[in-house]
Amino acid sequence: MGSIFENMQGVPLNHYIWFCAIIFTIGVIGVLVRRNAIIIFMSVELMLNAVNLLLAAFSVHHNDASGQVFVFFIMALAAAEVAVGLSIIVMVYRNTQSIDINVLNRLKW
Amino acid sequence: MGTSVFYFVATLSVFFALMVVFAKNPIHSVLYLILTFFTFTVHYVLLNAQFLAVVNFIVYMGAIMVLFLFVLMLLNLNKENEPNKSALLRIVGVIAGGCLVVTLIGSLKSVAITSPLVLKNPSLGLVENLGKELFGKFMLPFELSSLLLLSAMVGAVLLTKKEEKTNG
Repeated sequence: MGSIFENMQGVPLNHYIWFCAIIFTIGVIGVLVRRNAIIIFMSVELMLNAVNLLLAAFSVHHNDASGQVFVFFIMALAAAEVAVGLSIIVMVYRNTQSIDINVLNRLKW
Repeated sequence: MGTSVFYFVATLSVFFALMVVFAKNPIHSVLYLILTFFTFTVHYVLLNAQFLAVVNFIVYMGAIMVLFLFVLMLLNLNKENEPNKSALLRIVGVIAGGCLVVTLIGSLKSVAITSPLVLKNPSLGLVENLGKELFGKFMLPFELSSLLLLSAMVGAVLLTKKEEKTNG
């Protein structure tokens, strides 16, 4: 497996930063543009993944394993978040017969 | 082959991420999200973070995607019943996202680290090294995350349980 990385040497760190910024922004656009609650959740997952990849890249850059441990914790947190969030969506659907985010606008008051 | 693998996979994941957001059918969105996560797994392998690659594969592509698909099928939402936002709101959303990416990249340009990524310690992302780290320095957070998962499980079960009609 080391040989794979030998071929990879030469990707500058800021290309990783740009790539993760772009993926993160796609997630933000998804949250802003879509109204389907499940797709909004998927966009949040995209944002979490962009941050994960950036943490792993910086962990390699600094030769410090703590970054990869943090990625592991973020994955555990994402699993918990998805379980609770999807059950909330199921409850909303059961009460309103829709997962359109706009039916929840009464939560504002 | 050099570094072209990274750029190829990065292009693929940007494309699939865009498809997640802009696909009409929610089922197609979930399938594109699976492809996006697969490309992220390839990125982890390219960074020689093998433990993270395997965990990403199992947790994201296995568990989380099954949850998404399961809920979509259960709610019978695989038809296009999403009322579209007005075109103005969509354009404003995309412009806001464009501003965000320009700001991020522009602000990070001043601290640009152009040195290529070099793996000094080849066993950095292997299970042995990460296990020592996880059960040494990060013992307490590791145990706390088990509590987090337990409470999430209890919360999910409680939330989705049908309420009994109380006639009292």
